[in-house]
Amino acid sequence: MTMKAAVIVFPGSNCDRDLAVAFKDATGRAPEMIWHKETALPAGLDVIGIPGGFSFGDYLRCGAIAARSPIMRAVADFAARGGHVLGICNGFQVLTETGLLPGALMRNAGLKFICKDVDLTVRTTDSAFTSSYEKGQHIRIPVAHHDGNYLADAELLKRLRGEDRIAFTYDDNPNGSVADIAGILSENRRVLGMMPHPERMNDATLGGRDGAPLFRSLAEALVSA
Amino acid sequence: MKARVFVTLKQGVLDPQGEAVRHSLEALGFDGINSVRQGKVIELDLAEDDAGRAETLVCEMCEKLLANTVIEDYRVELMP
Repeated sequence: MTMKAAVIVFPGSNCDRDLAVAFKDATGRAPEMIWHKETALPAGLDVIGIPGGFSFGDYLRCGAIAARSPIMRAVADFAARGGHVLGICNGFQVLTETGLLPGALMRNAGLKFICKDVDLTVRTTDSAFTSSYEKGQHIRIPVAHHDGNYLADAELLKRLRGEDRIAFTYDDNPNGSVADIAGILSENRRVLGMMPHPERMNDATLGGRDGAPLFRSLAEALVSA
Repeated sequence: MKARVFVTLKQGVLDPQGEAVRHSLEALGFDGINSVRQGKVIELDLAEDDAGRAETLVCEMCEKLLANTVIEDYRVELMP
């Protein structure tokens, strides 16, 4: 059976449908869309997507309010049981705010909202998200964020490097992220947070397919029981 | 009891907004500014009357939501 995915929807999410299309393209199976007020997840999920957008209007801090919404407790339990979680853009911010990923995403160093295609390097293929890429492969994926400046202290950075947990780096750092980091993996390599939007580079008619291997990797790795 | 929470970026965390404010102040002719750090103030009106309990409660709120303690410090001020 093909991978069973779900996408969490918060008030202010705006990439939830794009992410659903990307999951469906990779598997032929439409993901479940789950409203943030739900307290339980459907049974038998393989992967949960936390989409981009401006959940709760970015009030207080980006992702802070969403991270405390009822469904995120279930998502944290799912991750603790070894489930795969993909957080893109605001989803990455939500994952750092919940503590599922370390570090924090700060205001871009140049203070501007950045919306453009950026070149990335795939740093590790050792994950269910990146196995269809080549290590060192250059890909072009759009970013669209105001707060993507990833911050990690020296100790955390050393750990991320030592454990091969930096998934993607920017070739030309747009936002001031430490060590050009665009995406990182959790300790068990099953939670990925990234600022660029692979779901927006999943259809050749919309500019390219450099994001498609991420969803293909997942579909190949997570064959549902 | 009322409480005021001050949330600021930790020392050593670059504050690009504070830097932009400093540049703007300098452009207005204010000199001698060593640095500017921007933070936020959150005012709470609590049913709790006991200062000790109120402080404990607000600190818990800071740890759980009001501050991101990875990058921010907080300070609580109680106003009877």
